[in-house]
Amino acid sequence: MLGLDFSFFTAEVFRGYILQGMYFSFALTAVATLGGILFGTVLALMRLSGVKALELPAAVYVNGMRSIPLLMVLLWFFLMVPLITGRPIGAETSAVITFIAFEAAYFSEIVRAGIQSIPRGQVYAGQALGMSYAQNMRLVILPQAFRNMIPVFLTQTIILFQDTSLVYIITAHDMLHGFTVAGNNLSHPRESYILAAVFYFVICFTLSWLVKRLQQKIAIIR
Amino acid sequence: MALDWQVFCQDTIDRTVVPGCFGTGGPTGTETYLDWLLQAWGQTALVAALSLVVALVAGALIGTMRTLPASPWLTRIGNWWVELFRNIPLLVQIFLWYHVVPVVFPAFADTPKLALVVAGLGLFTSARIAEQVRAGIQSLPRGQRYAGMALGFTTAQTYRYVLLPMAFRIIVPPLTSETMNILKNSSIAFAVSITELTFYAQQVGEETARGIEVYLAVTGLYIVSAFAVNRVMAFIEKRARVPGFVASTGGGH
Repeated sequence: MLGLDFSFFTAEVFRGYILQGMYFSFALTAVATLGGILFGTVLALMRLSGVKALELPAAVYVNGMRSIPLLMVLLWFFLMVPLITGRPIGAETSAVITFIAFEAAYFSEIVRAGIQSIPRGQVYAGQALGMSYAQNMRLVILPQAFRNMIPVFLTQTIILFQDTSLVYIITAHDMLHGFTVAGNNLSHPRESYILAAVFYFVICFTLSWLVKRLQQKIAIIR
Repeated sequence: MALDWQVFCQDTIDRTVVPGCFGTGGPTGTETYLDWLLQAWGQTALVAALSLVVALVAGALIGTMRTLPASPWLTRIGNWWVELFRNIPLLVQIFLWYHVVPVVFPAFADTPKLALVVAGLGLFTSARIAEQVRAGIQSLPRGQRYAGMALGFTTAQTYRYVLLPMAFRIIVPPLTSETMNILKNSSIAFAVSITELTFYAQQVGEETARGIEVYLAVTGLYIVSAFAVNRVMAFIEKRARVPGFVASTGGGH
């Protein structure tokens, strides 16, 4: 059919070329999600703190990051930061740094919306109980906010997983890189690209289906 | 570390500084890195604008299809479209358009690569826009559809005169972020060597060894472009607003 031949793709090829890159893609997604949520929460708290000296830098950082392509940020960290510091950082390390720095901006917007969606009465209740700002955040606001945010977090993680394919451009060894090398070495480049698309599709489709199920479950609990 | 912005006034071939910073152009004239930067900016804008047109047309069609009453097959095809284009990374889609389509389908063998990238980026974004159009139409009170039917409108007329004009106004805010996304995502054209801003940054940064200045300039242009898109869309939102109608998705004051 259409002059395509997929018979080259055996279990051996999968283990030899794809598996390691797949592992890197998943690991990068996990690290970037955790790091992004952590720093994103810090950024969100800065923006909602009511202190100008904290609000302004956080707002500049978030809005700046959100108006630059991820690819540019990747190239910045891969090519320019080593130039400034005078020390090369490998493709994998710069990918991890980029994704945490970049995703923090996006997660901070999710966290901010999540915190703002908590009714004001909850804040007053905490204050009425004599809680400090930090206690109120930690014990009353954030637990509720995070619970509401879980589906959005997961959706963002799926987008993040798709975005990890961009590290291919700075020659980090991710899943897409694995497929490209396999395709070139075994001289089936076109079939290999199609297989890459199928793999990404199956993974992302399954994940988003799971998120949808989870969303329904959470909705029932509430 | 001292920045040297004069690099942009250099000629791209013999690297001498051109007075006035802009080259004279033409086959024998000079061309500075500043000229090239502006051309690259133009390419970014071109890729983004063409892709946006493709995405809006396809997205509006598919999104509308998914809300049609009593057409389960059209709805299903629309849903498949969205799932297909949403669950494959953009870079992989661009590679499919660029490396696979022209070979597997001989009809596309001579398609210029700009068109292939526009198709890739446009259809990728169309899935997101289709989702927003569907949500916009479904957020309208059911009475709007019935009102159209009560006036004796056909389904097409109901959509044309009642549902779509309202739905599109409601979805202007999410369309704003999609437009900004398309602008940022156009950087992916770099992967197939279209000479847009990201390609320029990488190429000229290497060529001149003044990477920091070049990257700063390109990053600045991206921020300016994103801000410009944001302002234009805010203007459209303001102009298109229906007096007295508060969008149900906005929850405004």
